[in-house]
Amino acid sequence: MEAAASGGSGSGPPLLLSEGEQQCYSELFARCAGAAGGGPGSGPPEAARAAPGASTAASGPVADLFRASQLPAETLHQITELCGAKRVGYFGPTQFYVALKLIAAAQSGLPVRIESIKCELPLPRFMMSKTDAEIRFGNMAELHGTKVQIPYLITEKNTFKRMDDEDKQQETQSPTMSPLASPPSSPPHYQRVPLSHGYSKLRKSTEQMHPAPYEARQPLVQPEGPSLGGPGAKPLRHQASLIRSFSVERELQDNNSSYPDEPWRITEEQREYYVNQFRSLQPDPSSFISGSVAKNFFTKSKLSIPELSYIWELSDADCDGALSLPEFCAAFHLIVARKNGYPLPEGLPPTLQPEYLQAAFPKPKWECALFDSYSESVPANQQPRDLNRMEKLSIKDMADFPVPTQDVTGDDKQALKSATDEALPKDMSEDSATPKDSNSLKARPRSRSYSSTSIEEAMKRGEDPPTPPPRPQKTHSRASSLDLNKVFQPSVPASKSGLLPPPPALPPRPCPSQSEQASEAELHPQLNRAPSQAAESSPAKKDIPYSQPPSKPIRRKFRPENQATESQEPTTAVGGPASVATVKPHPTVQKQSSKQKKAIQTAIRKNKEANAVLARLNSELQQQLKEVHQERIALENQLEQLRPVTVL
Amino acid sequence: MVHTSLDVVDEKISAMGKALVDQRELYLGLLYPTEDYKVYGYVTNSKVKFVMVVDSSNTALRDNEIRSMFRKLHNSYTDVMCNPFYNPGDRIQSRAFDGMVTSMMIQVC
Repeated sequence: MEAAASGGSGSGPPLLLSEGEQQCYSELFARCAGAAGGGPGSGPPEAARAAPGASTAASGPVADLFRASQLPAETLHQITELCGAKRVGYFGPTQFYVALKLIAAAQSGLPVRIESIKCELPLPRFMMSKTDAEIRFGNMAELHGTKVQIPYLITEKNTFKRMDDEDKQQETQSPTMSPLASPPSSPPHYQRVPLSHGYSKLRKSTEQMHPAPYEARQPLVQPEGPSLGGPGAKPLRHQASLIRSFSVERELQDNNSSYPDEPWRITEEQREYYVNQFRSLQPDPSSFISGSVAKNFFTKSKLSIPELSYIWELSDADCDGALSLPEFCAAFHLIVARKNGYPLPEGLPPTLQPEYLQAAFPKPKWECALFDSYSESVPANQQPRDLNRMEKLSIKDMADFPVPTQDVTGDDKQALKSATDEALPKDMSEDSATPKDSNSLKARPRSRSYSSTSIEEAMKRGEDPPTPPPRPQKTHSRASSLDLNKVFQPSVPASKSGLLPPPPALPPRPCPSQSEQASEAELHPQLNRAPSQAAESSPAKKDIPYSQPPSKPIRRKFRPENQATESQEPTTAVGGPASVATVKPHPTVQKQSSKQKKAIQTAIRKNKEANAVLARLNSELQQQLKEVHQERIALENQLEQLRPVTVL
Repeated sequence: MVHTSLDVVDEKISAMGKALVDQRELYLGLLYPTEDYKVYGYVTNSKVKFVMVVDSSNTALRDNEIRSMFRKLHNSYTDVMCNPFYNPGDRIQSRAFDGMVTSMMIQVC
């Protein structure tokens, strides 16, 4: 009936709306039109009644609704044009329905075309923020369509009650009135939903218009989707409230949780890593990495040029040809995700937006000035209250990860589904092994917590499942010149044999800075010049380093770096000095037998720091190389500038 | 068709000679009796040429519209250029760029 009516009234292609979609659209239309003040038909508007004044949705509420769909402005423009609203000048029922369908298509990741609406689509989702007159437009669509996405992490029944209360408050008619309005986290929540929904939808509809590579990655993102899904259009009202509660809890936790958004959230650890890399390319964290430098760096990731180009497009928000720290982190994160198999998003996810990144992530200890604002960020605010939930969720996330990891290569969605469904209760203990690493790793940042966001990071371990393990590898593959393995190994034996601090494990940088080392002895336990120190001043230094807190070396790391004008291959020199170092400490070992254990621990810690320093030193070398590249590029640019004048 | 228009653009450029300040060049007139289209040319400071071919059936296109379209095109092009992974001369694969161009064309139609 509706289809016929809409088909008859519209000038566009015939719309085939399912029952659920009909209800949803008509309610939304009614809302829009009602908000405009005119008395809209409560039922499906028909062609006969299409008097321009009465049954059209005013552009104001319609625009708000569209904006609530969280699609980029350009997409909305396209949709508006496609649905013909511009042509007729107003949003008649047909146009409105077409627009809604297009919104659903866009949210599912399908291109916005007239053809898109012909296939069966999930219902469009709209997210309202607090400011938008509370609950004007509902997520009724989501309710109907979300069976597909009911997250497995359904632990929070308390939200259910809340839902019920809000239900009562709202008109009985509209399941559209969903409480999703509440949270500042709604945008991220929303963003997550289309991602997940899109994938599940794709799974269902045998990839009609979606590029092939993207399909392959679906299971990763929403393993639980299909398990719950029937076809998207099942308007079960009684289910609606249930789903709403899930969506709400999802919302609440969303800020700190990671599921559908998982790939796009940066954990504390990752953040640090990215910042380190940034510093290696550009010592000043507040300035930019130029395009060519970044290009060289990212090219090492071995992604294809078009993909890198696309990632750049996404991450360079201000299109200035250079990457600031948050932009760099976003780009790096996208590369990491891509390497681990996640398809690239259509647009920059909210968690990767530069503003978000800058606010949410404090700078590493040595530089907090720029990130003082993080405390004001939403995530920080939400954490305390969501902490409990997060913990639960994180455990569940952990459980999930081993499963998706296994299935990364295969398209075994069903296996994933069932696996995850069962995994939740059972495998938590089994899978704890895998997440343990991530847990322990996260525990470190957590303990360090220079911000409440560290908890957030810890919580959303949900991260890319494969990321933690591969990352170390990535380090090696990406920065091939950083031969950390080799560096570390020689240092380890050296430290062990030495037992004592001169963990000259620090590859002997036969730096001329030895004299300086002596003066800085208090501050540089073994860090950098350890190698050089080891040879000569090791005995003297042994006592001093013990007292050094680990943080000091970090702060001082730059100095050694500056001093290290000549950077030698750490690997080559490790062997020699290490042996030398070990010889000297021996006599002193006996003296300090009582302090051995402490020394070992500090040595281990310092070794790690030393490794980090070495890594930076290596990258400094690379930077020098890049400078040469830049000069070359500058010259080429000049040449190009001159060329047109001569050629044309 | 496009090649002939490019030749005309080259002519114009060489004719401009010293006065390279004028950024915009509206060349309206390549109207073949049979083909019935108009070609607009636009040259940037770096000698990158944009050529727009329009059907004459669409008579509503005003001069200002064409100029604004070229300006938007130029802006998007510079954004694409900012990408260090983009090699000048390659086919532009930027989605944002394509989207902008498509939306522009849709507006006109």
